[in-house]
Amino acid sequence: MVQYGNPPLDLSFAALSDATRRGIIDELGRGDASITSLADKFQMTLTGLKKHVQVLERAGFVVTQKVGRVRTCKLGKRGLKAEAEWIEAHRKLFEARFEALDEIISEMKQEASDGQAS
Amino acid sequence: MARQASSAGGAQNRTSVERKGDRELVVTRTFNAPPSTVYGAWSQPELFQRWWMPKSVSGVSLVSCDMDVRTGGKYRLEFSAGGSDTIAFYGKYLEVVPDERIVWTNDEGEEGAVTTVTFEDLGGKTLLKFHEVYPSKEALEEALQGSAAALPEQLEQLDELLSSAGE
Repeated sequence: MVQYGNPPLDLSFAALSDATRRGIIDELGRGDASITSLADKFQMTLTGLKKHVQVLERAGFVVTQKVGRVRTCKLGKRGLKAEAEWIEAHRKLFEARFEALDEIISEMKQEASDGQAS
Repeated sequence: MARQASSAGGAQNRTSVERKGDRELVVTRTFNAPPSTVYGAWSQPELFQRWWMPKSVSGVSLVSCDMDVRTGGKYRLEFSAGGSDTIAFYGKYLEVVPDERIVWTNDEGEEGAVTTVTFEDLGGKTLLKFHEVYPSKEALEEALQGSAAALPEQLEQLDELLSSAGE
């Protein structure tokens, strides 16, 4: 159902073949971070770091989100987990809703046929 | 009329929830009644409020429900989590075509989704599609993070209900 972050294996391997990128994943495992703070940490230019993040993003390891002028990076896996939970929460809510709706609909049908009969 | 055992839910009509693309959530379900009936249960406030927030999601009840279901009309739903505080959800109907579709805005948040529900006639049955389209990928992600964090408690209660209602 969730067709999201299911990239080909070779993309994943390529993404993980670089020590800086593995470091970025480690770092994000401890908490979300902005591009700027990651660049500081790995002593790289913003442009250089962005390239690494793009590779990780394409492979589904990292997701980024821009809020105002800051682009925040987080682990993709966590995003996936949140998404799966969200979908599941919605499914359960809607299932409960629609079961209640089913009951009302059968009442309505009953009333309609009673109305016709009398 | 085909009679069914008291477990009204049954297993034949499945609810599917899917994320489509970057900005869209789609829920589909079939109902054993024509679109006019399903639309009626959706557009009449006194019926709508009996199912939209089922008792099962206990602790959260719909305390007021104002709906002016016509193009340009407004709605306002107030929920209570038990205490004296209420949470309001409100917006307006962008398009209403009786027995076919209802489109409304969700204005309580900054970047609310536009919701479309369509009622498709399957010859006596209705295929219901519920779409939520967010203004941006970021807005959907935010809703995703927010509701995933807010829902566990409700989910637990729902789990209990669903497992006890299962048999």
